[in-house]
Amino acid sequence: MSQKSEKLIDKKGLRLDGRKPDELRQIKIEVGVLSNADGSAYIELGKNKILAAVFGPRELHPKHLALPDRMVLRCRYHMAPFSVQERKSPAPSRREIELSKVIRESLEPAIFLEYYPRTGIDVFVEVLQADGSTRCASITAASLALADAGIPMKDLVVACSAGKVDGTIVLDLMDTEDKMGEADLPVALMPNFNAVTLLQMDGNLSLEEFENALNLALEGCKKIYTMQKEALKAKYVGVKEEVEE
Amino acid sequence: MPTFFERRQLVTPGDLIAEGAYIAGENTYVEDNKIFASRIGIVEYENKKVNIVALRAFYIPRIEDIVIGTIVEVGFNGWTVDINAPYQAILRASDVLSRPFKPQKDDLSQVLNVGDLIVAKIIAYDRSHDPQLTVGEPGLGKITRGQIVKITPTKIPRVIGRKGSMISMIKQETGCQIILGVNGIILITGKTLEEEELAMMAIRKIDEESHTSGLTDRVTQMLKEEKKNMEENKE
Repeated sequence: MSQKSEKLIDKKGLRLDGRKPDELRQIKIEVGVLSNADGSAYIELGKNKILAAVFGPRELHPKHLALPDRMVLRCRYHMAPFSVQERKSPAPSRREIELSKVIRESLEPAIFLEYYPRTGIDVFVEVLQADGSTRCASITAASLALADAGIPMKDLVVACSAGKVDGTIVLDLMDTEDKMGEADLPVALMPNFNAVTLLQMDGNLSLEEFENALNLALEGCKKIYTMQKEALKAKYVGVKEEVEE
Repeated sequence: MPTFFERRQLVTPGDLIAEGAYIAGENTYVEDNKIFASRIGIVEYENKKVNIVALRAFYIPRIEDIVIGTIVEVGFNGWTVDINAPYQAILRASDVLSRPFKPQKDDLSQVLNVGDLIVAKIIAYDRSHDPQLTVGEPGLGKITRGQIVKITPTKIPRVIGRKGSMISMIKQETGCQIILGVNGIILITGKTLEEEELAMMAIRKIDEESHTSGLTDRVTQMLKEEKKNMEENKE
């Protein structure tokens, strides 16, 4: 564990991994990686590696959960036992149950749930390797998986975190910054409507700091959104170029 | 009244497509007099109507559709059929048996058993009821031979082609009979397995490259080349 004396931001104003305060980590996104799921996506956000899979809409089991006027969205956020340094029990923890709910609620406004009543959509998010801001990366990947499954959506959902570390407002927190820093602020956004679908805060921020952090996170969301869109199109653009030359 | 995308351009959910006096067509929605895309797909304008031809979608039942389904359950007075849709369809025993149906006497699994494939037509469906099927018309009923290919349901029109150009070409080149289920399931019956495989290959190619232009020509060319290869291998 790092000592209190160790600085999270050095004299030059760079972070532990050499990033500037307003810089995102490396992002790689792929869509349609699983053939057995109706839709899927994979995201690498720095050291985070996350898979999202979607099934449905399909008949809901157990049947009594079905709603007569809309679809039911179910989410399961799960961390693999090998996703963190110390083995994590594969049983759903309190935190995972909370994140499942939070992810579901941030995706719900983007889906036309009323289109296909009595059915259900299942979203499975599997964290293979975790390094902070997993809920944000999970939301980004899950919304792509939903679009890949052909589920009618109002907009894609992008998420990004901001926070305060060593007194500085920073973008896209990694694990140590999250644990040692002063505050963490994950934000999910429907970029075409400027609608925030998730906003959490862990830690303390002054009103001004909060505003700065929120704006920074929203900027981050918009940057990720362009990559997210490209990833969704990539499969089709590739085929088109290949055959049309 | 601008439009923001050209014809045949790729869009993703949430993209603003048109504003003002346009009509929202398939896979779009309106908010504040603006038309947005709700699925990934290709933009098409039809006079004032804006459509998105979806690249990823699932089948939603419609009355009068011919579908191909799998029996998943034999019940007391009918069958439950998987038609590749969010809802499972029902096929009533009285529809299949031409005589009055007696639950004590008739064993439904003798007629259609779990795993059997059928060509059927949807006769009833709405938001609050599961789709109901019929097999009581010529061309419908149990499938006894052939091959099944599954593709994205929205690509069925592409398999048919303009005025049926694509499908008739494949039929002619391969000598196979092809039945298209609107739910994305296609039945191919030919004289030999090779012919059937050829037709399957062509349909898979259409599924993968549905959003490109000049597809009919490329499929024709591929079929001709493959046929030549097959004949060479025989000799």
